[in-house]
Amino acid sequence: MSDTHAESVAFVRESVIPPAPPPAKEAGAIRWMRENLFATWFNAILTLVALYLIWVLLSGVVPWIVNGTWQGSSLAECREILQGNGGGCFAVLRERWPQLLFGFQYPDYLRWRPVLAFFLLFVAVPPALFVMFLPRWTLIVTAIYPFLAYWLIWGGTILTPLFAALGVVAGYLAFSFTERRGFVLGLAAGVVTALAVWWIGGLLAGEFSRFLRLEAVVSRAMGGFMLNLVLGIVCVSLSLPIGILLALGRQSSLPVVKGFCVVFIEFVRGVPLITLLFVANVVLAFFLPPDANFDLILRVIIMITLFASAYIAEVIRGGLAALPKGQYEAADSLGLDYAQAMRLIILPQALKISIPGIVNVAVGLFKDTTLVSVISMFDLVGMIRGPILASTAWAGIYWELWAAACLMFFVVCYGISQYSQWLERQLQTDHR
Amino acid sequence: MTTLSDPPHADGFRLSLLVRDKRYRSYTFQAIALIALFVFFGWLASNAIRNPVLQQAGIDFGFLADPAGYDINQQPIPYTSQSSHLRASFIGAINTLIVAFLACVTATVFGVFAGVLRLSNNWIVGKLMALYVEMFRNIPVLIWILIIFTISANVLPQPSAFRGDDPEASPILGVAALTNRGFYLPRPYFTNGIGAVPDDVPADGGAPVAQEVASIANWLIVLAVFAASFLAVRGVNAWATKRQNATGRRPSTFWTNLGLWFVPIILTLLILGLRWEVPELRGFNFQGGILARNSLIALWFALSIYTGAFIAENVRAGILAISRGQTEAAAALGLRPGRVMSLVVLPQALRIIIPPLISQYLNITKNTSLAIAVGYMDLTGTLGGITLNQTGRALECVLLLMAFYLVFSLVISAVMNAYNASVALKER
Repeated sequence: MSDTHAESVAFVRESVIPPAPPPAKEAGAIRWMRENLFATWFNAILTLVALYLIWVLLSGVVPWIVNGTWQGSSLAECREILQGNGGGCFAVLRERWPQLLFGFQYPDYLRWRPVLAFFLLFVAVPPALFVMFLPRWTLIVTAIYPFLAYWLIWGGTILTPLFAALGVVAGYLAFSFTERRGFVLGLAAGVVTALAVWWIGGLLAGEFSRFLRLEAVVSRAMGGFMLNLVLGIVCVSLSLPIGILLALGRQSSLPVVKGFCVVFIEFVRGVPLITLLFVANVVLAFFLPPDANFDLILRVIIMITLFASAYIAEVIRGGLAALPKGQYEAADSLGLDYAQAMRLIILPQALKISIPGIVNVAVGLFKDTTLVSVISMFDLVGMIRGPILASTAWAGIYWELWAAACLMFFVVCYGISQYSQWLERQLQTDHR
Repeated sequence: MTTLSDPPHADGFRLSLLVRDKRYRSYTFQAIALIALFVFFGWLASNAIRNPVLQQAGIDFGFLADPAGYDINQQPIPYTSQSSHLRASFIGAINTLIVAFLACVTATVFGVFAGVLRLSNNWIVGKLMALYVEMFRNIPVLIWILIIFTISANVLPQPSAFRGDDPEASPILGVAALTNRGFYLPRPYFTNGIGAVPDDVPADGGAPVAQEVASIANWLIVLAVFAASFLAVRGVNAWATKRQNATGRRPSTFWTNLGLWFVPIILTLLILGLRWEVPELRGFNFQGGILARNSLIALWFALSIYTGAFIAENVRAGILAISRGQTEAAAALGLRPGRVMSLVVLPQALRIIIPPLISQYLNITKNTSLAIAVGYMDLTGTLGGITLNQTGRALECVLLLMAFYLVFSLVISAVMNAYNASVALKER
């Protein structure tokens, strides 16, 4: 700065003036409302319409909940208690709650078993969900859980799930001992060992079927929300490995493998799930051995798993395609063979990218488990449409039941999607 | 240091190379995979051959020619219970396409509205749209279909409520009645068209086939006029762009385009003599007009509002993906907000929105198979439902059913992928 003006300046302030408070219209709630609700004429109209909508919704829902009753054992009694005050008759939920959860065939005195399995889920799942916070050994609980849950829900001798678990462990051990002589060899050894253990276990379980026995429940008796949860969890867990294999197969350079995977994936994605459930219901039995005992729930699990694995394969293929080519080349230049490159370099990154997509598929699949009500299985929707609405006591009651069903599905699905968003933030290792 | 590469194999082929050499290993794997596939499918086939039910019935599509013997409550083409199973399936397929088309259109409208509104500066509208999206995405579509079916069957008034001097319910604008049997809507018809129908249509509505065809021909004429208008408008716009490139000034095309859109179509409809047949209450029910049954309404509305929530998220993601710099650069070039949207943001956003939109359309088409839950007679309801149960031909019916959906999905995705390729970034 030149100092030519130094003499002409009469006064220079030497301290900073504290900022003046904004005008009342530009501060606090009023400013927020002006900016967010009434910024323009169009915005103001939108706000008023939205407020009206909210009013309509609340004026319908709030009295229904507040005035509702939980007393009474039939719709007629309920109406008597309510005296037409617009309240809901939630007594149906209280009375039919066990049916909504377990279906109408699961024995009453055994309901503690699925309940226990359900609460154990909250012990078993956190180690897998929050891997980064809990010690790694807690994963053992997660690994044991599926076998324990099977034993609790279906019952029978403990030898069946025990040997199933032993087969997995033995297969894994055999794989890890022979793996250094080649991945394919290790895989073959693992599969053969596991099959051998399962075969022996099957013989033993047949022989000592009374050993540590819980009362067996047939698959037909499964129902209610339990059926939705079982189908959802089992099918998603089974379809993940199959989906990974299909995705790798679709990327493979072997024309036979690639061709099969493409045809399978496109076929399954091209048909609605209902047609696959029809296959499970009426067609699949033709193609299985006539003397084999495949019950409906098992056939449904097979078809839903195939269905989900095609979708998961496409999600993972997206993850594989999104990896920069340099990663594949880097793995090659390190001298890793195909199996090592995939296991150590490619899949960990590709799976991380695919998490949101996989969760989408999982949520969608869990919602689609309601479709089994169409082939006359009594899941939550099937229970509401069938036994409950058809009963003389509760015929003509809709809102309370559907609202309960909506709430149950919403809680689970919204929870899963929130978790996936959290996990995505946790796994974000790139710095932005 | 020097690097030595392996000397090329001079010796001949040894058996161990099949496992150790990368060049031959792929053949080994493929051979094993092929054998495993053959064994697996052979096992399935041998089970099917040994199956007593299949052994007795065989695989025979001849049942398609037999009379169906059941009634269908929505008949886009003439059908009686004496018609064949094939015709019943055909009607089912048309009904599937009808509801899929309707749901695709409305789902797009819902989705675009909700997606754009969720991005609006208005806090309360944004939250409301977020609530809509989360609520519908996290609850199974089957439940929504059943809920809306319940509403339309239990909350809407009965046709008898419209009766009397002081009715409890009255038709909307005097022409459309929303009842618990479905929506009675006015039906358009032509008095001067090909195969004209006289002004007083017989109430029982048993129109012969020739007239049905003629009516379709009339609508094709209307469609052709519409297409001609579209082409003319495109021509005018191309001319305007050419003038703009030559002179730097874009001629105003608004009134010309408006005229091109509306004048020909209105003239055509006047010449063909368009009339509306309004549903009237006779006895206990409405007569005349079109009846959109509440199964159709429930399926249509539930699918559109459910898929709309997904489309809203796609639209939102597409718009958010366009960086702010694009909008600012366009504004810096002096474009007005409307043109910024139509010339800069939308073309780029569409490129991101269209691929997931295609899969949402395919999802709608596949989800129409849930019609069976509310008794809408689509392909799953006719071929996969009643025909399957009556004839017991499970394998054949399910195969045909899958083939239909598969072909339809593949065709749609091929068409849409072609369109997508035409709007995708042209990379060199």
